[in-house]
Amino acid sequence: MPTTFVLNGQSATLDADPAMPLLWALREVAGLHGTKFGCGMAMCGACTVHLDGQAVRSCVMPLSAVAGREVTTIEGLKSKQAKAVQAAWVELQVPQCGYCQSGQVMSATALLEKNNAPTDADIDGAMSGNICRCATYQRIRAAIHSAAQSIKA
Amino acid sequence: MINKTLRSPLPTRRDFLKTAGAASMALTIGFEWAASGRRAVAAVAAPGAPFAPNAFLRIGSDNSVTVIAKHLEMGQGSYTGIATIVAEELDADWSKVTVESAPADAKRYANLVFGTIQGTGGSSAMANSWAQLRDAGAKARAVLLSAAAKDWHVPVAELTTDKGVVYHAAGKRQAAYGSLVKTAVTLPVPDTVVLKDPKNFKLIGGRPPRVDAAAKTDGTAQFTLDFVLPGMLVALLKRPPLFGATVKSFDPSAAGAVPGVVKVVQVPGGVAVVAKSFWAAKQGRDALKVEWDDSKAEKRSSAALMDEYRRLADQPASSARKQGDAKKAIGDAVRKVSATYEFPYLAHAPMEPLDAVVKLDANSCEIWAGDQFQTIDQLNAAHTAGLDPKQVSIHTLYAGGSFGRRANTISDYIVEAVSIAKAYGADGTPIKLQWTREDDIHGGLYRPMYFHKMEAGLTAQGELTGWHHVIVGQSIVAGTAFAGLVKDGIDGTSVEGAANIAYAIPNIAVDLSTTKTGVPVLWWRVVGSSHTTFAVEAFIDEAAHAAGVDGFTFRRKLLEHEPRMKAVLELAAEKAGWNSGPMPAGRGRGIAVAEAFKTFVAQVAEVSVDKDGNIKVDRVVCAVDCGTPINPDIITAQMEGGIGFGLGAVLYSAITLKDGRVEQGNFNNYRVLRMNEMPKVEVYIVPSTAPPTGVGEPGVAPIGPAVANAVFAATGKRIHMLPFPKTGAV
Repeated sequence: MPTTFVLNGQSATLDADPAMPLLWALREVAGLHGTKFGCGMAMCGACTVHLDGQAVRSCVMPLSAVAGREVTTIEGLKSKQAKAVQAAWVELQVPQCGYCQSGQVMSATALLEKNNAPTDADIDGAMSGNICRCATYQRIRAAIHSAAQSIKA
Repeated sequence: MINKTLRSPLPTRRDFLKTAGAASMALTIGFEWAASGRRAVAAVAAPGAPFAPNAFLRIGSDNSVTVIAKHLEMGQGSYTGIATIVAEELDADWSKVTVESAPADAKRYANLVFGTIQGTGGSSAMANSWAQLRDAGAKARAVLLSAAAKDWHVPVAELTTDKGVVYHAAGKRQAAYGSLVKTAVTLPVPDTVVLKDPKNFKLIGGRPPRVDAAAKTDGTAQFTLDFVLPGMLVALLKRPPLFGATVKSFDPSAAGAVPGVVKVVQVPGGVAVVAKSFWAAKQGRDALKVEWDDSKAEKRSSAALMDEYRRLADQPASSARKQGDAKKAIGDAVRKVSATYEFPYLAHAPMEPLDAVVKLDANSCEIWAGDQFQTIDQLNAAHTAGLDPKQVSIHTLYAGGSFGRRANTISDYIVEAVSIAKAYGADGTPIKLQWTREDDIHGGLYRPMYFHKMEAGLTAQGELTGWHHVIVGQSIVAGTAFAGLVKDGIDGTSVEGAANIAYAIPNIAVDLSTTKTGVPVLWWRVVGSSHTTFAVEAFIDEAAHAAGVDGFTFRRKLLEHEPRMKAVLELAAEKAGWNSGPMPAGRGRGIAVAEAFKTFVAQVAEVSVDKDGNIKVDRVVCAVDCGTPINPDIITAQMEGGIGFGLGAVLYSAITLKDGRVEQGNFNNYRVLRMNEMPKVEVYIVPSTAPPTGVGEPGVAPIGPAVANAVFAATGKRIHMLPFPKTGAV
């Protein structure tokens, strides 16, 4: 049964099992590979996308749940906060293996879109659901602060 | 007299691998990378062909510089480091440099530290590439200079280079490298070349940005998870719930009825569901009914195994080091200290669950994976497929972490993928084997569980006279292709960091009792030092306390003959303000130092422990000496990451077995470090002109004991069991 929703700003209809997790619909039906599979139970954040502007874990969200709603993936990031986050990520050389970083960027962008001057505690709150086994956490924190500064400037 | 020569001459893992390589006849081919340039001269260059003077780089007429990386990029920065070394000697424009992975080919791309195996591990990528790639880059530059000299009819000595351009100052001429390719391909590559004086390095020691940072920020970096071929199917494998169990029978009907499932096939490792999508394969596997034969399976619990290990620690064991008479020295000592330390099995849990794409037909096998042991995997894939290794090609993609997991001599996930493709029909249908997180956590090849028993004796003046260290646990190499490397009952990977302790103690005994269980084990980031450094550095702290001396002063005195180790210790202590006075109540500082893979690392941890016993690591100061720092920013990143990786393990991680079943399954119960638990890390790099050593692993070693020692400073309580006790226990 097809599900229609807004994907990265454009209407999309995916013909897939409505119970299929959004992650796999994005990856295997829509062909968008930036969103990663890490745990399959919303424990690691590698699959983070935005649903109506909120960071959500796509690995446990059935495709049917996004019908009529707006989904943004790493491929569709356009906001000034997103651009600032990605610029800071490169500037501070955040990624190591890089596998979790799409999810990290999505969570960080969602944070900055709501809070233009996050404290360390805000960052802990928004980012602790995103695991990085390379433990790039210190640079992620610095990059979020740096991105917040650059948006203000 | 205590001096360096008294250090145990134990072979390192690198020596083992080197020997293993020599023993693997199928992989042993003369190493001829230096000669490849001469062969290139004999070949007739096609019009527009790039200049490829050796196996490691290619320059296009569009000025592009392509560096060919023989090592896996799994986060440690190998691609950037490799490209930096080549680009430095080539005097390339960094913005024109890209990296591509080398094919599996031991002849051209062996890890020189391993011998004749192509692979990545032991923090060796920079160490074994240094001379080789400087030479490769410098020879390419020499040919480009000759090409310009020929084109311009001027002496080479009048030419200079910078950022991909050859200059002739006197003639006011310049030429980008790309414009010289046409001439360069006709010229011979010199046999010898003068390398740059390090004081003229432009990229080495600087901070050229990572070649992969942008693609890993915008979602375009391609991992095996993202690799797709036309008509590709996805397979999930149902593996036995107990290690050593096998398929007794299975009923494919329910799995086969799931829409999208194409085939259900039995393979040596279990039963695979092959489907048109991950989701179909997952549902099919969930529905699949398999009856297992548990008759030969490991059914013991990890707690029972540890009980056995404790008992074994008091039994006779093999000697890994014997210097003087430790037993007598401890017996005669005025003061004695003793302790035991317990270490759990650990999973590597890289963020990307293991995966591989295989395209197999009657005559060839193509593999795409974040491949870490290319020529070993090639051999195992060929054996599984019934092909010659020459018929197996491997395309190495970015790996979403590894921490040792992808470097295993049984090539577990590669062999699974090939065996599934074979059982499917070997008809050229591309099949991606995808592991889930549960497959990963249940999948074995863990860092072994260990029990350590330590005793030491001190004089009335607080001088260490005897040191006895007993290690009990499984061998990583026994039962593998490297089994022949266990010498006199000693697997060096079990005792590295312990048998070769640097401290000047007159009487040392280090014994090893090697156990056998049905739980498959493997090296895990920093290998033996992931447990030995904890035991040594936590126990030396107990000895220091018994001597009434602070941990820094006690260690420094014992490292008088170890200048590099002493220097990192001093640097870390100085930067951390070790002597800045006591910390407030509830807080503490701890120090630890280690040498791993010839890199020296010291760390000072600062912790807070609240009234409920919750530990928070606030700050870690790290000093590292890895020889010539190729890229200080990547070195810093590897120390930061190594500290976070090691900290998560000592605070939270354990794989436990109940009646043979792994009790953890995902990140909910296999806990790793998260953002809110990451301390502030400061890294200081010791300036050096020594040949570079690795940084991927050594940063992991000292963090556990540094934190444990800090917890003692804060609370007066020692930690003897890992992971650290849960809330309220300290």
